[in-house]
Amino acid sequence: MHPSGPKRTKGTVGTPEEGRLDDRLRQLGQRIDSEIAELRGPAGKSSLNSEAAGSAYGKAARLASEFVAGILVGGFLGWALDQLLGTLPLGLIVFTLLGFAAGILNMARAGRQAQREAEKDRRG
Amino acid sequence: MAAQTIDPIHQFQVHEYFSLPDMGGMSFAFTNSALFMLAAVFLITFTLVAGTARRALVPGRLQSVTELWYEFIEKMVHQVLGHEGMKFFPLVFSLFSFVLMANFLGMMPYFFTVTSHVIITATLAVMVILIVLAVGIYKHGLHFFKLFVPSGVPIFILPFISLIEVISFLSRPVSLGLRLFGNMLAGHIVLKVFSGFVALMVASGGIGYFGAIFPLGMAVALTALEFLVAFLQAFVFAILTCVYLNDALHPGH
Repeated sequence: MHPSGPKRTKGTVGTPEEGRLDDRLRQLGQRIDSEIAELRGPAGKSSLNSEAAGSAYGKAARLASEFVAGILVGGFLGWALDQLLGTLPLGLIVFTLLGFAAGILNMARAGRQAQREAEKDRRG
Repeated sequence: MAAQTIDPIHQFQVHEYFSLPDMGGMSFAFTNSALFMLAAVFLITFTLVAGTARRALVPGRLQSVTELWYEFIEKMVHQVLGHEGMKFFPLVFSLFSFVLMANFLGMMPYFFTVTSHVIITATLAVMVILIVLAVGIYKHGLHFFKLFVPSGVPIFILPFISLIEVISFLSRPVSLGLRLFGNMLAGHIVLKVFSGFVALMVASGGIGYFGAIFPLGMAVALTALEFLVAFLQAFVFAILTCVYLNDALHPGH
């Protein structure tokens, strides 16, 4: 794109050369601003944000592993308790259920945190 | 000449290069895993030292990378932990750099992926949780354990809630270690399987010669995905370290 002629604006002082440079700089700035606005999309959110897709994958992996880890830890604790006390099925059952609850709690916390971050992003 | 069956697990084997003297009745050896850990540490050190050597006002390529790297983690730690949490920046930065470099080294053909072994990731995760515990107890004493006793809960169900909170806390290192290990292991196996398909189909000749383009395409796409995952898992590891440290600094939710 060519600059549309050497327009002199009132703010510029100095040689005509510098005025032209100023003008071109301003035009470039406007172009960059408009391009950025275009890229961001109407919602003010970046539409070609590969980071967003990446963090979505990250969030999904996080939620899944939080849930599984809760159950695993609960089950293991129950099993270890059973080995100590000799009450094999009981502790395993109860603690796996508790682990299930802990997994849900973990997921809820991770979700809430993700939501808070999203809100923070939206605000600024 | 039929291709041999492709063994996708083979790449995770640990070989001994030379053995080290026994310590405390346990045998130690320098393995390929140790080699790649050292390589990761050397690469990180080299990049950072070389990148900060000139300290030019207008950064060169290497310096830009170093600055980006530093500021990325610096911003993250500052955002999650606040100003007082900046003393944990070296820890988080080291963890992130090590995991990132190990993941990326693993993406090279014929290279060993350190983070695809659960013993490595579990060690890192347990280290993080022990630090969280130590910081929490050091800062707050026994008040730290209020983390397990949320306020405003009826006394009847409090034992239940506490038990669940304890399990939830204990599940953190498990999820931290398992996620990194699982992602790297699964990704590398899938990549290997699809690449194996290409070799098998080409070897079978005829129509398989042209059909091999589909698994090849998958392998290319998966490679891109694996690079994303390699970065992402390092990032997730670092940010969760920050989140857990935040719990230690401010136990009252």
